[in-house]
Amino acid sequence: MGDKVFICRCEDITLEEIEQAIDEGYTTIEELKCRLRLGMGPCQGRGCLLLAKRVLSKKTGKTYSEIKMPTTRPPLIPVSLGVLASDKKNKK
Amino acid sequence: MTRKTKNDDFPHKADVVIVGGGINGCALAYQLAKRHVDVVLCEKKYLCYGATGRCGAGIRQQWSTRENTELAIRSVKMFEKLEKELKMDIGLRQGGYLIIIHDKKEMRQAEKNVAMQKSLGLNVSILDVDEIQDIVPILDTKGINAIGASFCPTDGHADPFKTTHAYAYAAAQHGAKLYKFTEILGIKKKNNLIDHVVTTRGNIKTNTVINAAGAWSKKIAEMVGVKLPNMPFRKEILVTERIKPLFKAMVISFKDGIYFSQQDEGQILGGIPIPEEKPGYITTPTFTFLHHMAKTLTHYAPSLRHVKVIRQWTGYYDVTPDARPILGETKGIKGFIQCNGFSGHGFMLSPMVTKILSDYIIDGKTPPILEKLNLSRFDDKKIKREISVVG
Ligand SMILES: Cc1cc2nc3c(=O)[nH]c(=O)nc-3n(C[C@H](O)[C@H](O)[C@H](O)COP(=O)(O)OP(=O)(O)OC[C@H]3O[C@@H](n4cnc5c(N)ncnc54)[C@H](O)[C@@H]3O)c2cc1C
Repeated sequence: MGDKVFICRCEDITLEEIEQAIDEGYTTIEELKCRLRLGMGPCQGRGCLLLAKRVLSKKTGKTYSEIKMPTTRPPLIPVSLGVLASDKKNKK
Repeated sequence: MTRKTKNDDFPHKADVVIVGGGINGCALAYQLAKRHVDVVLCEKKYLCYGATGRCGAGIRQQWSTRENTELAIRSVKMFEKLEKELKMDIGLRQGGYLIIIHDKKEMRQAEKNVAMQKSLGLNVSILDVDEIQDIVPILDTKGINAIGASFCPTDGHADPFKTTHAYAYAAAQHGAKLYKFTEILGIKKKNNLIDHVVTTRGNIKTNTVINAAGAWSKKIAEMVGVKLPNMPFRKEILVTERIKPLFKAMVISFKDGIYFSQQDEGQILGGIPIPEEKPGYITTPTFTFLHHMAKTLTHYAPSLRHVKVIRQWTGYYDVTPDARPILGETKGIKGFIQCNGFSGHGFMLSPMVTKILSDYIIDGKTPPILEKLNLSRFDDKKIKREISVVG
């Protein structure tokens, strides 16, 4: 066990990496996504984006509500290709 | 890198102003700054906001027109040396492109393409079904009626974010000034010469503007009364969860329009056009795409049916009537340089295209390819269309 603090557990991104990227000039959530793959794993940022928002707010001096969240991308939960490929309609 | 956010140091003049912070804008900034040109790049959002940050980032040299093939071959040579040159990781992976051939007509076209590509020095060949199976074992070659495939082992993929960042970073190291969240609002001319640009942060005096605004290039050109034939088309793409490494090649089919590959981290990434897509600035992802892509992908590789899709998104192709880019000076307006209209292949061509354009701007060199891809080619009725397109 090290003393690393993980913010994004899907993509293994640490607090230190996020702080470093912000120092390099990536000062929005969208840019942190591009730079680090933050929130691009199976949970789609559910676990990490709010935490990253806090880090951004602290480091940039922007208020928490000023920091925009990225566009939500479908599907909201992972769905298998087989289900998506299916032509059968559920009749109620 | 793009750290510049304050207004106090915003420049009032520059040798060259680049519109757009995608792969092409950033690579141009690097090529020009490396040769001591005073260059300013303005990006209305953040780097990679446009097609670059949304693309498949595949790198293919197998084209039907000489121009695209030549540019791609020379770009690959540059990609191969880019990490060393820019001193940064670009995530280059050369697993080849496998282009499925479904029938005799496609075979004839493939033979013609391969002969032309070979004449330009490309290592490319036509494989039989067994050889295809060795390269991508999960393909149902019978189900998709594959009778062969063309394959080029040096085709591949690079990480679009890493590559753009590496160019931007190296550009800044050489003195280029990159401004994000800075929009170009107007371009003003005096006597058919560019005089200055108007931005959300103030005016910049310059005689040279490069239009590298991707799907928005048409709007930038309108600012000086130039009409580009480019049309924005929404293109959809999806990515799955990570799975164990199964194959390295990018699989594409011109007949079905599908492309898919497995990323280094294990995700399957791919796209397909949806029927009757119309041009326009539309960004919403559709279920039609999700269903069509899932259906076609599981038809190609049935064993993927249990793999889960985690995300779908859209981006624009900036499509020209012949699916080839528009490069170089604009007739009638000196100093207005086009670098757009890349359709679905502006990432892979960027290293060479930006090198050629910067050589033109600095030395005035006009290689034949620059003449062939000038905007003025559309004045002529007979245009040669690139037919090897997917997505
Ligand atoms: C789904 C999809 C898959 C693709 N797959 C591939 C592939 O596998 N291989 C490949 O080579 N290509 C692919 N492409 C094409 C490729 O993404 C593009 O051709 C390429 O990224 C274009 O880069 P660019 O820098 O020219 O433009 P862009 O990346 O679009 O950048 C243009 C920038 O200009 C900015 N801008 C616009 N207006 C203004 C203004 N007024 N002021 C300031 N800035 C402005 C935008 O915000 C944008 O960031 C794909 C595209 C899509 C959509």
